[in-house]
Amino acid sequence: MKYAGKKLLTMFLTLFAVTLFVFLAFHVISGDPASSMLGTEATPARLEALREEMGLNDPVLVQYARWAGRFLTGDMGTSYSYRMPVSDMVTDKIPVTLTLTILAFFMMVLISIPLGIYTAKHAGGVIDRIIYIFNQIIMAFPPFFSGILITLLFGRIFKLFTPGGYISYEKNFWGFVGYLFFPALAIALPKAAMAVKLLRSSVIGEARLDYVRTAYSRGNRTNDVLYKHVLKNALIPVVTFLGMALTDMIAGSIIIEQVFSIPGLGRILLTSISNRDYPVVMAIIVCISLLVLVVNMIVDMIYGLIDPRISVE
Amino acid sequence: MKSGKKKNYNFIVGGTITGLMLIFIIIGFFYTPYDPNAMDPSAKFAGISLKHLMGCDNFGRDILSRVMKGAGTTLSVAAGTVFIGTFFGIILGAVTGYFGGILDEILMRVNDAIFAFPSILLALVFISLLGSGTYQVVIALGIAFIPSFARIVRSEFIKCKNMDYVKNARLQGAGHLRIMFVHILPNTFTVLLSAIMIGFNNAVLAEAGMSFLGIGVQPPQASLGRMLSEAQTYLFRAPNYAIFPGLVIILMVLGFSLLGDALKREE
Repeated sequence: MKYAGKKLLTMFLTLFAVTLFVFLAFHVISGDPASSMLGTEATPARLEALREEMGLNDPVLVQYARWAGRFLTGDMGTSYSYRMPVSDMVTDKIPVTLTLTILAFFMMVLISIPLGIYTAKHAGGVIDRIIYIFNQIIMAFPPFFSGILITLLFGRIFKLFTPGGYISYEKNFWGFVGYLFFPALAIALPKAAMAVKLLRSSVIGEARLDYVRTAYSRGNRTNDVLYKHVLKNALIPVVTFLGMALTDMIAGSIIIEQVFSIPGLGRILLTSISNRDYPVVMAIIVCISLLVLVVNMIVDMIYGLIDPRISVE
Repeated sequence: MKSGKKKNYNFIVGGTITGLMLIFIIIGFFYTPYDPNAMDPSAKFAGISLKHLMGCDNFGRDILSRVMKGAGTTLSVAAGTVFIGTFFGIILGAVTGYFGGILDEILMRVNDAIFAFPSILLALVFISLLGSGTYQVVIALGIAFIPSFARIVRSEFIKCKNMDYVKNARLQGAGHLRIMFVHILPNTFTVLLSAIMIGFNNAVLAEAGMSFLGIGVQPPQASLGRMLSEAQTYLFRAPNYAIFPGLVIILMVLGFSLLGDALKREE
């Protein structure tokens, strides 16, 4: 439990550091929000009044605390370009990006674990060689290009889905998941290829160790040794990789959303960056950072479960 | 070291692909079959032919010429990124690994925090601070790449700093800077080289992603990612417009990743 507490504390400290950095950075570049809000109607007196009202005359740390406090209660500020609360723009997009990421993650695990074990077991065989070459090529795919090829292949030639025919999750949840299947596949494939390679080398490396020889000499069958002894240890580096892949996928979905025209967080993040709509950019970056930190936290916990030595340390 | 009879196929294949790509790009710097930005209305969506080996795009620009220029842009951005990442990564990693102590503790915590974030996201933060454009992308991606290099260099320095040759140098009166950069650094080159190859691989992918999103290289300058995002609109009409730039990205990344693998195995 002490381990969990320590990890939780680190997470909050990192979150604090990240949000403070983001706040300060955007505070410096975004200039004076009061004058950009008043525009041509700005007079020195009105500017001063608005600044006082918005709390812009307070020390920066006080402003940060106020912003963070509001953020926690769900008030993410007002968009410059749409003049509407940022929370209204962002909250209904989070489930879209999250579903896409989770779907992609499960695909990656479902593809990579069996393939990784298979190739390790049959290392040096013909199928292992073929999968190796295939893997190297898939790994070189930028996710948006795999997305384009998937659109071409499954959308155009096999007509398994309608490109651009996004279905909102509020209207039809399963239709929504169905539409996300191929985008998720586009994100999952390159990562799955890396995971297969890692798991294969991890299992092979582990199988050379003495305890494996001992297990064999005591009369265990190959599968018993593999699943009861080797895999437990071989999975540790893979879990680290899967965690990193998951955080990468959150960011990768920003790109894939553009390929399949999915209205998720990525879409508004990009328009807001080009519109210099800083409150929106800030809110989305903080949301994604929070997701990334939670994922890292969960990975650390799983780590402690698989390898109890880590949590003692 | 030497694996005897068995050749290192990764090295041969990776080296060949990278070499061919480099030749392709270098030719592109000096000569392209057509002006990459010249529009020929009569050649709109021209198919693959002897005149246009990869066909033409929606403005009638020759795709082969644009791919040649675009690959050059992508590689230059990747080189700049890797340079920034390696340069500052080496300094940070060397100082923290060699001296250790409280500075190491603080810098590495910050490093770990940055490392935990996907590099595309970091780059997006910097882009929204700096504005979009080629140099901004190089700086943004470069900063995002520093932590991974710093980590690798630091662990190598920790491994080396108590070795006999370092003690020997110290006894002969070499200063810290000299020990760090003249004695220890050359010994990290094999590890560093493999990291640089992997860095190139990631940088090419990241640059392509950024220009695909429209925040990297600005038009009319050709860039592979940008071409792909434009090609997407005409995907069903002219699939060749998307496939060739994509293929070139894949070949570049494949070459670098095979070389990186090969160097790792040598070690």
